[in-house]
Amino acid sequence: MIDILSFVIFFFIVCSFYIISSLGLNIQYGFTGMFNVGIAGFFAVGAYTSAILTGPDYADTIFGGFGFPIIVGWVCAIIVSGIAGLLVGLITLKLREDFLAISTFGIAISIQLVALNVESVTRGPNGLYALPKPFAHILGSPFVSNVCYLIICIVVIAMIYYALERAVKSPWGRVLRSIREDEVAAEALGKNVFMYRLQAFILGCGIMGLAGAMYANFVRFISPQDFLPIFTIQVYVMLIVGGKGNNLGAIVGAIAIWTLWSASDSLINLIVAPDFQTQAAALRIIMVGVVLVLMLVFKPSGILPEKKHVSD
Amino acid sequence: MIQYVVDGLVNGSIIALGAVGLSITYNVLRFANFAQGEILAIGAYMSMALIVLMGVGIGSIGPVSFGWPLLVSIAFSIVLTSVTVLAVDWMLFRVLRRRSASRITFIIAAFGLSLIIRNVITLVAGGDQMFLSFYIPKAIPVFGDFKVVPDDVVVLIITAICVVALHSFLTSTTVGKKMRAVAENPVLAMVNGINVKSVIRWSWVIGASLSAIAGTLHAHVTQLDPEMGFELILPMFAALIVGGVTNVYGAVLGGFLIGLTEAFAVSMDLSAYRGAIAFSIMIVVLILRPQGIMGEKERDD
Repeated sequence: MIDILSFVIFFFIVCSFYIISSLGLNIQYGFTGMFNVGIAGFFAVGAYTSAILTGPDYADTIFGGFGFPIIVGWVCAIIVSGIAGLLVGLITLKLREDFLAISTFGIAISIQLVALNVESVTRGPNGLYALPKPFAHILGSPFVSNVCYLIICIVVIAMIYYALERAVKSPWGRVLRSIREDEVAAEALGKNVFMYRLQAFILGCGIMGLAGAMYANFVRFISPQDFLPIFTIQVYVMLIVGGKGNNLGAIVGAIAIWTLWSASDSLINLIVAPDFQTQAAALRIIMVGVVLVLMLVFKPSGILPEKKHVSD
Repeated sequence: MIQYVVDGLVNGSIIALGAVGLSITYNVLRFANFAQGEILAIGAYMSMALIVLMGVGIGSIGPVSFGWPLLVSIAFSIVLTSVTVLAVDWMLFRVLRRRSASRITFIIAAFGLSLIIRNVITLVAGGDQMFLSFYIPKAIPVFGDFKVVPDDVVVLIITAICVVALHSFLTSTTVGKKMRAVAENPVLAMVNGINVKSVIRWSWVIGASLSAIAGTLHAHVTQLDPEMGFELILPMFAALIVGGVTNVYGAVLGGFLIGLTEAFAVSMDLSAYRGAIAFSIMIVVLILRPQGIMGEKERDD
């Protein structure tokens, strides 16, 4: 019984990182219509920021070992990912949307290369280990600390959800939707489209950074292998299946796709011979891709479509 | 040093041919095709399959390991890759066009498609590296100390032929002219009775053919693996943007520039950052001259 319960708790903790990323993407893609292909990159920036600030002193790094409290790591993760978003946004948000897609894709690859090669800070492929986890040494038992972690996750999700709901229902959120629907009209009504886009982009990137930081302090070990493009696709599938432009949809989609992903993982381990694990893993990724494409073709509005706003 | 320049030109040829495909999709279908790298990979794997089926290796002509079996397989790969790409367009992008989906939807669909193709390749051919042949590049002296690998020269010649063929296609054939008209102004083209659907099909075929050639050349001078398209896509996008998205010859110029810079980076012992280097050049160009070296300012459409 306790086994099943700890599995469920573990499942939902990991799912939380996807939920938070999906909410962050929703503000960029769902509400403002910006295509960020670098989710894994901004997630990685957050994870490394928190890992370097809160992690122990490693013998082979020249920068790090600050041992700051975890909350400091998380806040800085939001700030640093936000700054990364600001830099990308400043260069690309005035150009056609394709450039944002290409640039964020490039940023994610560059971030991974930096994580892999700047060994004096990130320890390269060996990764950063023994990261602190909240409540871990006070409570001792991993079960209790996981329960606490899940509570933290739920509180963070609730806070982000509440804040985003307030934001998108405010005049600010209406401008974002108007930019998505008709940029020229928004511009003609005197809105500084570039500034609104930049704000939404930075906000989304900061939220993704927070998700990364929470991931780092939960699994307590990060390496460049954790931040592959499949993560970006997964978050898109979650948001599109759930319903872009709907924060509840972002959460529902994340839970649905994470369940599907985990179930298929267990199924593959159970029925596929070890020799064919590479093929089975490929099949699983194909499944995610096919779900994405089918949703785009047949039901682009998702399970929980965006509510129609006639006038607020 | 000269070897680095030659390496840069060879790598640049492959990026340039791939970037032309990217440029055509960008200007005719109007979206950044994130699956372009995978079209090169399809081309390479199709050639590989045919080389294996024929079972006579890649042959050789004089000092060049570029015999008729390789040329035959490239020809077949062009056909098969074009058919595959047309089928994908019919199943996916045609449906999105009919629904007049937003450009972002096309980009996301292409991104998802790239992931699907990459993993279908892993599923069918396995995740390991493959080689078209046991070809080992061997430089021969041309004059004095100057040595070149004969196959590198062949790659450059094939690229030159492709660019000239593309140029004459775009300037002297009716289809090529229609394609330019649609790229310039799709509504005006349609009003003038141009069959946009057929232009779109031609665009895919031209892009896929050049990609099949580029992919096979890449496989010949390096190797095949399912990630090859993923590794090429960023240099190709960089080439497109550096050269100027609106100008198809800009993509060629950009391809060579990116290839040479990457080779320069390798010579400076920065090969670990290869992917990031193409990206950095792209960012510099986006800041200084967003329309690229040969591009015109884009109309916002």
